[in-house]
Amino acid sequence: MPPLTSRRLALSIGALLAALALSVAVCASLGSSRYTLLDLLRHAADEETAQAMILRVRLPRILMAALAGAALGAAGAVFQADLRNPLADPYILGVSGGAALGAFAATALGLPAIAPVLPVREAAAFLGAIATVAVLFVLSSARGRVVPYPMLLIGVIMNTVYLALILLIETVVESSRLHGVRLWMIGTIPIEEYGLIAALSVVLVLSLLGLASYGRDLNLMSAGEEAARSLGVTVERTRVVTVILASLITAAVVSVAGPIGFVGLIVPHSARLMFGPDHRLLVPASALTGAIFLIFADTLARTVMAPTEIPVGVVTALCGGPFFLWLYRRQAGGGYFQ
Amino acid sequence: MTSPNPAPILAVRDLLFRHRGARGPLFDGLSLAVRPGEFVGVIGPNGSGKTTLLMLLSGVLAPQGGEVALGGRPVRSVSPRERARMVAVVFQEARILFDFTVLEIALMGRAPHLGAWRLERPQDFASARAALREMDLADLESAHLQEMSSGERQRALIARALSQEPRILLMDEPTAFLDLKHRLQIYEILVRLNREKGLTVVTTSHDLNLAARYGSRLVLLHRGRVAADGPPATVLTSELIRRVYETDARIERDAESGAPFIVPIAPVR
Repeated sequence: MPPLTSRRLALSIGALLAALALSVAVCASLGSSRYTLLDLLRHAADEETAQAMILRVRLPRILMAALAGAALGAAGAVFQADLRNPLADPYILGVSGGAALGAFAATALGLPAIAPVLPVREAAAFLGAIATVAVLFVLSSARGRVVPYPMLLIGVIMNTVYLALILLIETVVESSRLHGVRLWMIGTIPIEEYGLIAALSVVLVLSLLGLASYGRDLNLMSAGEEAARSLGVTVERTRVVTVILASLITAAVVSVAGPIGFVGLIVPHSARLMFGPDHRLLVPASALTGAIFLIFADTLARTVMAPTEIPVGVVTALCGGPFFLWLYRRQAGGGYFQ
Repeated sequence: MTSPNPAPILAVRDLLFRHRGARGPLFDGLSLAVRPGEFVGVIGPNGSGKTTLLMLLSGVLAPQGGEVALGGRPVRSVSPRERARMVAVVFQEARILFDFTVLEIALMGRAPHLGAWRLERPQDFASARAALREMDLADLESAHLQEMSSGERQRALIARALSQEPRILLMDEPTAFLDLKHRLQIYEILVRLNREKGLTVVTTSHDLNLAARYGSRLVLLHRGRVAADGPPATVLTSELIRRVYETDARIERDAESGAPFIVPIAPVR
């Protein structure tokens, strides 16, 4: 891979944006009812039905999938550099699990019923994710310095505890109340209002710009923490700011779409193979690759067994679990068996 | 250095430093001054504080007491980026994540010269490539670090330090894992940069003979204190080696360079 130049940066991002637009167009034409984008252009007899199906059902869902994939893909790339661990991912770190527990607890307590107009479940999920990051920082720091190495293990343990608490809630609370949140928990792309989609887009784009400004610092941190310091990087500040931004976008999409697993793992590794390891390109490229990946994963989820829908989290976990094991085996080399 | 003595470019005064969880301080009152253009070898047994001293000198670690001065200014008042434009460091055993190429590694040395949003300019590429040529790596610029020998990897990291265009180069055991040829090669390059460009070099070493042959000044550390400091011939004496390294050794003199070299005989029981 040649080193990054403004030309390569522009060409890569441009190609990815074109691929994203094409993916949206293709997937908007796929579904259990046989309407395609062409029906809209052709002014067919049932134009209104086609319009309703595509613009009110498929397109919002596709855009939501794109946002979730973009956030999780970029967050994965950032976590991997920050934790100096290629296996890091918001799901494995417990950020998504924290969101799940927050949503479950709020629903079990009946909070959404008290204020039905407010996005209570989403807010609780958001708080759960942010609280998890705070706990991760506290538990993995010593004398004011965050030590990245134990973070992943701490995250795995927290996930286990979260799952136990969720199962406990399930046992205690009558199950009809939990039906909606149970579906959310596996990861399902909802059909959302365009207003929410626009708001999420703004948060995502601003966060991505913030992360991109730390791209070079993340490169230097990949070359070693001390090396980064000696090259002028304020490692603590970079790590805290980038982890918080990555967690923020993770929490924002997970609170809406549920904890979709492994996107943050598969996507950055694929993007690195295609575009190289430079984070100034890798972070935006992971966002765009993640958007495309999740659009197709969700289209698969809603079409493969139509009219029955599979939660998209099932699709990504079935791809991601084996991928993680393959990667771990390759990473660990001989050490895997010792 | 002959008089008039130029002001030190890098100095520590009354350094107090204790490692996390350590019982006592490693350094308590250590002082040392390096003048511009010097080539200093820091030697001493395991645990004597060589690497820690280098990290303190580079500003990567902060002392609990005393002062590190860079170009006459307290290093705390120099911003990390400005510091990185003056001081480059080559650490031991760097594990580099992800598949960066040799050229990308060398370009990393340009970071302190560039703003956050700025991509590397043509002059940055020129500087990185010049450093790679210096390190004899020009043909390997698109190779990945993982596929290189440890000697080539080490040279790539030195190239990164050189493309920083520093005034001071700090190196921690730069030749630890290298074979004879590459050890000499790296020292020869350093000596040339020191002579031709006035680069100030401070390097730690376990290889006393190499340090004595190439360094104009040796600093012998023992339990966090400077046991001896001066031209190699005054530092490498059998008494000092016996006391500091707890090893009986014979000191001979290389007929050609005049540098002392030691022949270790047996550990002191």
